[in-house]
Amino acid sequence: MQPARDPSLTSYYVTDTFYRALVASFADWQRDDRAVTDVAERERFRALIEREARLLDQLNFDDWLAMYAPECIYWVPGTPDGGDPRREIAISFDDRRRMEDRIYRLRTGYAWSQAPKSRTVRMVSNVEVFKTASADRRMVRSNFLISEFRPDGIRFLSGWCGHRFVECNGRWDIEVRQVNLIDCDQNLRNPSIVI
Amino acid sequence: MLEKLPTASIGSVNAAERYDWDALVQEDRVHRLIYTDPAIFEAELTNIWGAVWVYLGHDSQIPNNNDFITTKLGLRPIILIRDSAGKIRALFNRCTHRGTTLCRKERGNAHMFTCPYHGWSYLSTGKLRAVPWPDGYACDFKDAKFNVAQVPRVDSYRGFIFGTLNPDAPPLIDYLGGITGPIDEWLDRNPGGKVEVCEANRLKYRGNWKLAYDNSGDGYHVVFSHRSLLEMENRLADEANKGMSYYKGSPDSKAMYMRYTGNGHHFKDKRPNIEKRAGGLWAVEGPAPGSEHIEADFRRRFGARADDILDLAGSEPVNINVFPNLSLLGNHIQVFDPVSVDETDVTWFGTRVVDADGTLGDALGEINALRMRTQEQFPNFGEVDDLANFEEIQRGLACLEDEWVYMHRGLGIPGRIKTDAKGEVTAPATDEAFMREYIHEWKRLMKASPKLVVQREV
Repeated sequence: MQPARDPSLTSYYVTDTFYRALVASFADWQRDDRAVTDVAERERFRALIEREARLLDQLNFDDWLAMYAPECIYWVPGTPDGGDPRREIAISFDDRRRMEDRIYRLRTGYAWSQAPKSRTVRMVSNVEVFKTASADRRMVRSNFLISEFRPDGIRFLSGWCGHRFVECNGRWDIEVRQVNLIDCDQNLRNPSIVI
Repeated sequence: MLEKLPTASIGSVNAAERYDWDALVQEDRVHRLIYTDPAIFEAELTNIWGAVWVYLGHDSQIPNNNDFITTKLGLRPIILIRDSAGKIRALFNRCTHRGTTLCRKERGNAHMFTCPYHGWSYLSTGKLRAVPWPDGYACDFKDAKFNVAQVPRVDSYRGFIFGTLNPDAPPLIDYLGGITGPIDEWLDRNPGGKVEVCEANRLKYRGNWKLAYDNSGDGYHVVFSHRSLLEMENRLADEANKGMSYYKGSPDSKAMYMRYTGNGHHFKDKRPNIEKRAGGLWAVEGPAPGSEHIEADFRRRFGARADDILDLAGSEPVNINVFPNLSLLGNHIQVFDPVSVDETDVTWFGTRVVDADGTLGDALGEINALRMRTQEQFPNFGEVDDLANFEEIQRGLACLEDEWVYMHRGLGIPGRIKTDAKGEVTAPATDEAFMREYIHEWKRLMKASPKLVVQREV
């Protein structure tokens, strides 16, 4: 669904109502009674999550952004339970424009924290798909392990993601991606890649 | 009643006698060793992180009796607690029996702490409450030495809590001196003159802690270190005036300035660059999630008052640096924590406003949400590049034979730097005058032989 105003240029959709729905949809969603058992459906979301991981490893940000719904959120909470982004600082809480800001900055050539660029490989696994109250939305949990190489060595970032997918014109777009680092409430060294 | 006991009575090394400090810290330059030498770092743990007032935490983190957070004073693990009677104490997080830390949580509420190792328990005052199977001991557990050691002097200024182990340090208010003016103004722009701490962007870097303090008032690095940020936040702007754009061109000819106020504290005031009107600050804030919606919505709901409210989500253009570890900038409370000679934690605590006088009403939640988003910008897109540069300094300083680090910008130019009757030093915004002033204060402190003490309940 195309919004009335271009969310790449202005930010009109991050409203109080939007926040409330966001926080509600990320509470109590990983329930066995909502788990999708259909293999084909689980496979569909697993493929999407693997593709996202590959695009990020390849720094193919244009195709990565195209996987997201026009009005979307990239959210890296600073508290292990996700917290309430209205009352708390997050590590990152980007709407579409700020996601594009993030990519724009990395491409300026002056983002010293990414000079040289990190090389990453991501493993994603333990993909579980959950139904929601609306037929056109799914919640997906997956675990990740990112190996990040910089000239002084390799380090690992790990955690799990909660994706909220929305179906639009027969395709499933990422509406929200919540990235839960297992050490999200600790001091982090150079968190400058898209996680 | 508290009993004072000297610390480090055995085997302490007097830093003052170890180095020729005047050779290491000169008028225009400092020696690389002050950033790289583990022995100097060790001496700092006494002469700086112990002998001066160090920021420990904020009132709003421990609002109720028995609320605590765990923090550090240098490397000493600390439980900062408002005890059962409401008194703020900084307890060493260390069992008097075997040295085990008593508390491993980051925050909570507790009227007592029980050591997980052998079950010794302590009240929130630090007083020993009980030990298991006391009939196996011949000693008198009423002896004060069994009560938890605590920082003898804990005081606060308008919600900012500091502690020192130095009985000879001046009163906190005198130590802060002229920097209280900027702190007051930073607080008073918020309703009721108050803010609350609300989580943090937590970062770390592999470099000495002083690299962060050197940078805290540095107006010279902005357009270079933060070039990607400045380009990013102005990419959609009609007029490239967002964020710190006023550093472009000839920053020293602008009305902004830096001021050294004494005792290592300094202040960079960029407010004169901003239009002095309601909404002036909001006008230069870069794009944030929800910006246009909230602005349009507030203008519709609150009319002319919308500008005042929106300014609360704007980043206050000041850097208020309180030696050695506190920096107020934008809406952040930034804290520097040394980890080792070449590792430092930099924690950007966010702040939210409270509706102290009822004027915000139902705008409170939304303006705070927007304030969260504006505060996330700099740590994500600016600070990461500074920290990368600090790490590269530390790497560069491995060149043993190239010994000197310069901080002489502005030095020796007639009429450029002004000292007033109070001894406060004012210079153009890109000058390194504050660096020279604070590092000379650091040198004075390193030459001293402070006699640190702890206290215990008796």
